[in-house]
Amino acid sequence: MASTDFSQNKKVLRIDNVVKRFGDLTVLDHISFDVHQHETVALLGPSGSGKSTVMKCINLLEQVNDGQIWLGDTDLTDPREDQDKIRSRIGVVFQQFNLFSHMTVLDNVTLAARKVHKWPREKAEDKAMGLLRRIGMDTKAKEYPDRLSGGQQQRVAICRALMMEPELLLLDEITSALDPLLVGEVLEMVGELKKQGATILMATHEMTFAHDAADRIVLLRRGHIAENGSPEEVMDNPTDPETQQFFAAYNRV
Amino acid sequence: MPDNSQFSVSAVEQERAAYRAQERRRSVLTSVASSVALAVALIVLLKFSPGWPRVKESFVSAEYFALAWPQVVDGLLLNIRVLGVALVGVAVLGTSLALIRMTTSAVMFPLRVLARFYTTIMRGIPMIVVLYLIGFGIPGLGLFGRIDKAVLGTIAVIMSYSAYIAEVLRAGFQDVHPSQRASARSLGLTTAQTMWYVIIPQGLRKIAPALMNDFISMQKDVGLISTLGAVDAVRAAQIVVAKTYNFTPYVVASILFILMSVPFILINDWYSERLRKREQTGGMV
Repeated sequence: MASTDFSQNKKVLRIDNVVKRFGDLTVLDHISFDVHQHETVALLGPSGSGKSTVMKCINLLEQVNDGQIWLGDTDLTDPREDQDKIRSRIGVVFQQFNLFSHMTVLDNVTLAARKVHKWPREKAEDKAMGLLRRIGMDTKAKEYPDRLSGGQQQRVAICRALMMEPELLLLDEITSALDPLLVGEVLEMVGELKKQGATILMATHEMTFAHDAADRIVLLRRGHIAENGSPEEVMDNPTDPETQQFFAAYNRV
Repeated sequence: MPDNSQFSVSAVEQERAAYRAQERRRSVLTSVASSVALAVALIVLLKFSPGWPRVKESFVSAEYFALAWPQVVDGLLLNIRVLGVALVGVAVLGTSLALIRMTTSAVMFPLRVLARFYTTIMRGIPMIVVLYLIGFGIPGLGLFGRIDKAVLGTIAVIMSYSAYIAEVLRAGFQDVHPSQRASARSLGLTTAQTMWYVIIPQGLRKIAPALMNDFISMQKDVGLISTLGAVDAVRAAQIVVAKTYNFTPYVVASILFILMSVPFILINDWYSERLRKREQTGGMV
C-alpha cells in the first residue's frame, strides 16, 4: 500500500507549538503537526518520547502547558470550550482496551449513544450490531468482555470508538498488550477503517504496519519532532543518523 | 479434583483416586471425632462447675423461656421495622456523603469539608453516645413536640452507620481503575454519567461483602435503641427480667437476633465465595 498525499485535504487536527511538562521534565517541547481528513498518521518514537502524552493532550486527559490543539475549528485547549462535547467528537482506543467489565459487549458499544446522545436503545443497538457484524463479533454481543480474547476485546473497543462516527480516531498503542497472533486481526480492522476513509492518528510500535498503513510518519524524539514525512522518506531512506539507528534497532528484533 | 467418571483411566489415575477417597474418609472421621471431643469437654466443664445449677436455672429455664418468648418476639418486630428504615436511610445518606467527598468542583467545597468533618466525628463517637445525644438531646430542644423513641433511635443508627458506609463506598469507588474513568470520559460521558454508569456499578461489586458485613453488624446494633426506652426485643426482655429476676429472656432475645442474621450471613458467605471463585479461576491452593 503506497502512501497518499492528503496535504490538500482540510485539517482535522492541528497541533500548534504544544508544550507539556511534568514538573521539571519537558515531555513535549513545542510540537507542531497536522492530521488531514482521511489521512492515517503514525506517531512513532522510543518509549518515553512523548507519544502517549500527545494522545492524552488531544483527548483532554492532560492539560497542555503551552500551545494550541485544534479539532476542526475548535481550540481544544480553550478552557471555555465544553470538554465533554469535544471528547465525543474524538474516538479513542487504548492499549489496555478499557472495556467496561460490568457491561455486555453491546452495552459497551452503545453506552455513549444512549446516555450522551440520548438515542433510543433500539436505534443504538441496530447501529452497534451493524458495526459488530462487520467484524464478525455480532454473535458475541451479549457476552461480557472478560469472556473474549484480547484481540476480540480490542476490536470491540474500536467499534465503541467508532459508534458516534468521530471526526478523528486516536489509537494509542492498541496492539501492545496483545498476543502476537492476535495483533493481525486488530491491524486488519484498522486497515479496513482506513479504506473507508477514517482519519486516524495512531501511536504504535508496529513498524511494519506503520510503514504499510500510514500515509505519514511523525517520529518523536526527546520531546521534539525528529521526522515528519511519508513512510518511504522517513523509514526507507532516512538521512538522519539517529533516525537510521532507531529503525535499524527495530529491524533487528 | 478431576472428574473422570465418563472416561476409562489408567491404573495410575485409579490408584491416585482410590488414595484420595481414602484420605477424604479419614479427614471426615477425624473432624467428627474432634467435634465430639470438644462437645464432651464443654459439657463436662459446665456440669462440674460449682455454680452450674444456678446458672442453668437463671439463664436457660424452659418456663421463663416460654413466658418471655411472645413479648420478645413482639419487640423484635420493632427492631425489624427500625432496621428496614435505617437500611434505606443509611443507603441514601452514606452514598451522598461518599459522592460529596469525591467531588472536585469549587461549588461543592463547603459540603466536601462538612462531609469530611461528619465522617471523621461520627466514626469516633461510640454508637451509644450518639444514641444518647440524639435520643435525649433532640427532644430537649423542644422544637418538634414529642418524638417517638424508636424514631430517634433510628435517626441515631442512620447517622452513625452512614459515616462508616460512606467510607466503605468511597474506598470502593476509588478502587475502580482510573483507566475506566478515562475511557468513559473519552466517550463524552460527563463526570456524573461516568460515576453513575461506570464507577458506581463496578465499585459496588468490589465492596459488596464489606457492605453486607456492615449490614449484619447494624442488624444487631438496632437492639441498642432499647437504651432510649423504645420497647424493642432487648427492652422487652429487660422488662420480663425485671419482673422475674430470671435472665432467660436475654437468651431468648439473643436467639432471635441470631436467627434474624443467619440468612444474611449465609447470603454474604455465598456471595463472597462466588466472587472469590470468579476472580481466581482454576487455583488449587
